[in-house]
Amino acid sequence: MSDLHQQLVQMVDRMPAFSGSVNKILQMTSDIDCAPKDLVQVIEHDPVMMAKILKLVNSAYFGLSREITSIKHGVVFVGLNTIKNLAISIATMGMLPKAGPAGLDMNSFLLHSLGTASIAKLLGKRLGVMPDKTTDYFVGGLLHDIGKVVFAQFMPQEMERALKRVEVEEVSLSIAEMIEIGADHAQLGGMLAEKWQLPHTLVTCIKEHHSLEPNGGPNKVLDCVVAANIIVKQVGFGCAGNLIEDRLPDHVSARFGMELAELQESIGNLDEELEKANAFIRI
Amino acid sequence: MLKFTFRGVRGSIASPGPKTVKYGGNTTCIEVRTDSELIILDAGTGIFPLSQTLFPEFPLTCHIFISHTHWDHIQGLPFFIPMFVAGNRVKIYGGQDPVTGNGVQEALSRQLEYAFFPIREAELSAELEYISLSENQVVNIGDAQITNVLMNHPAIDYGYKVSCGDKSLFFTGDHEWPYNIYEPGDDDYQLFKEHIAQKRKSIIDMVAEVDVLIVDTAYTDDEYPAKKGWGHGSFLSSIAMARDAGVKHCFFTHHEPTRSDEELEKVFQAALEKHPSQPGDQEFYLAQEGFTFEL
Repeated sequence: MSDLHQQLVQMVDRMPAFSGSVNKILQMTSDIDCAPKDLVQVIEHDPVMMAKILKLVNSAYFGLSREITSIKHGVVFVGLNTIKNLAISIATMGMLPKAGPAGLDMNSFLLHSLGTASIAKLLGKRLGVMPDKTTDYFVGGLLHDIGKVVFAQFMPQEMERALKRVEVEEVSLSIAEMIEIGADHAQLGGMLAEKWQLPHTLVTCIKEHHSLEPNGGPNKVLDCVVAANIIVKQVGFGCAGNLIEDRLPDHVSARFGMELAELQESIGNLDEELEKANAFIRI
Repeated sequence: MLKFTFRGVRGSIASPGPKTVKYGGNTTCIEVRTDSELIILDAGTGIFPLSQTLFPEFPLTCHIFISHTHWDHIQGLPFFIPMFVAGNRVKIYGGQDPVTGNGVQEALSRQLEYAFFPIREAELSAELEYISLSENQVVNIGDAQITNVLMNHPAIDYGYKVSCGDKSLFFTGDHEWPYNIYEPGDDDYQLFKEHIAQKRKSIIDMVAEVDVLIVDTAYTDDEYPAKKGWGHGSFLSSIAMARDAGVKHCFFTHHEPTRSDEELEKVFQAALEKHPSQPGDQEFYLAQEGFTFEL
């Protein structure tokens, strides 16, 4: 497995971002008057761009004395123009195919990630987190499944077999990945996130989003991402290849003081949040 | 002992001519001397006149710290005469390009490519060494200590603090204080504001109570709004920085290239009147080519 990890770490450096954001970045940055906040918004809605830029700004190149936890944070600490040029350099690597060779529909994947991000943020606010402190919730939700894109891009045959196994044998994608690849997307994503020196909270969200136990101690951000991931599947918004509906782990139920159905009902109508994500994909 | 001499104070592009004789037309270069060391901050065109004064010191060792690799801060480097003479040692320090991953040597190597310059890097006779710096890295050079902090400019730009004994100076390189890209009604306005406050603190902490601040002050307060985002400071932002950091002396530099000596003095006076001195305030000066200040 460590050889495989090593191989993937090197390949991921050349991994392109999602087609919509690549197009938008190239278009926006050819206009000298492009609004910084619009540029930030595009980057913040693409898990690949987000991960790669956070990786760079947290790397030894900068050797910053603090962890950079979001694109906005990066804009202030390393400068807008640097973030813009990083985004352009990623955009010029090409783009992920809309229908990946593994059969993972990238648009549906993106909707799933954005939906999880939005709902995780909403759940964070519900737990009393101030709106301006919910960035980690959004970023954690956006990046939680990053390992899947890496598998789909670099191990398409194995991933395709794993996705088929999910359909035919009705097992979870994690189990199917373990059988076909020898590691699941949470392990791989977590390993990459660690390697990239992403902030600890994000590493945990990626690594532990399928854990039924509170590994590493109580973690409010992770619990929100776990719940959001399940809710977004329940409402059928997007799809990231996992057809088995998870149950809410006990410690997450305890965090919210209720079971899944009640939690889902209590946050009310998600149409508005999900429509925002949908609208972004459509632009 | 710590003293410095301005060798270039002009921003963006060299501006020689009868209207800039007093303050000078060369782009950024500051010669810093301690008892034992020669440290040069930036290698704009001002490094050429500096290099012509150095012959008596050959063979010499000098340390050039590049704030960032925009032309006006490196353009004089290929004309830095000590690099052509065997026995000299030139050490060049700077940040890395985060997009390409290239270190500071790339800037010089590229300037010396065939299309741009007749002498190749391999033909330079002095001993050259490049050192890529990460933020807050401390470099000890003889009796001096140099640290850096990442400033805000459309490039990776380090501000450098040079300390020697109980004396210290800070040079911003090019710098514009980050501004909020969100409007007060936007969801992210407050969060961004907090990031800005943190960033300001990280810089002010580094500059706190230095004896001398040399600060990018390209624009008047009235000119600034039209130049927002270009990466330079104004009299308003520079005076606020000097006050916040509690520095003793503050030199405004990176003079706007089209500004004549007369106009420069006029806008300087106007700025001092607009932002009147407060008790305990530092002295403010216009950086002037050839001017030496001993701390």
